[in-house]
Amino acid sequence: MTLAKFLAVIASGILFGFGLAVASMISPEVVLSFLRFRDFGLMLVMGGAVCVTLLAYRYAPRLLSRPWLEEQFSVRPSALDRDTVLGAAIFGMGWGLCGVCPGPAIAGLGAGNWPLLVAVAGIAVGAYAQGWLQDRTPVRHH
Amino acid sequence: MTVSLFPLGWGHYLAGGLLIGAGVSLLFILTGWIGGMSTVFSSTWSYVSRRPFFQQPRFIETRAWRLVFALGLILGAALWWQWLGPVGGIRTSVPLWQLGAGGLLVGFGARLSNGCTSGHGICGLASFQWPSLMAVLTFMVTGFITANLVLFLGGH
Repeated sequence: MTLAKFLAVIASGILFGFGLAVASMISPEVVLSFLRFRDFGLMLVMGGAVCVTLLAYRYAPRLLSRPWLEEQFSVRPSALDRDTVLGAAIFGMGWGLCGVCPGPAIAGLGAGNWPLLVAVAGIAVGAYAQGWLQDRTPVRHH
Repeated sequence: MTVSLFPLGWGHYLAGGLLIGAGVSLLFILTGWIGGMSTVFSSTWSYVSRRPFFQQPRFIETRAWRLVFALGLILGAALWWQWLGPVGGIRTSVPLWQLGAGGLLVGFGARLSNGCTSGHGICGLASFQWPSLMAVLTFMVTGFITANLVLFLGGH
């Protein structure tokens, strides 16, 4: 990785992590109070993030022939199959149990939320189990 | 009397959301890469696991920048802590067993679904992908059911 790319990625990540902290998403309590309909803030967080990202995803490829440091703009892989929905259902159960998803689990460590290390470890083991299981079911590799 | 939708205020939620969007957008404009956060939990395994699943090009080719991106998230939150956050930092009181068990399901489910709150919820929705909308609606519903069930059963 070139220095320019390193700096680009780390600056983007810093913005992302700073935003997660400003939005208090690194507190599982806030996420859980959304899922219990006590505080709808998460809707504003996701809504705000989607609006900005939508503009970038839509207009950057029209205004620039290619990204500043790479050859082409990526397109997010997407498929509506059983795994997408089943996985989301399982993800939601875990999210409702701990109030943590991958981004805030990582970012929270930067703000001293050490108990989230347990969540990070859990997510890593869960992700490993998913890969292990995929290797045993020969048909689906998406 | 009306019950507030935002008992803790709303400005910080919107500001944080816009910043998150700015981070994902900056990554895209500079590199063309899509900044969902769950993939790093699979791609990083490719450094240590020889399993064919983790040795796929989509993990090998992106594992380095995904780790750097994750490091950025930590640094960004650390900046907030030093600049705006409480002196002692943030400390959750959600029990460790809930964090661990919930994390397992989050990791397994997000990777099976190929996306999480940022992958499907931000990047997917911002790309107008119907599968991501289905995924978001699904995890909102199961998340809502689980969080309330936990409360009902006396959990945190």
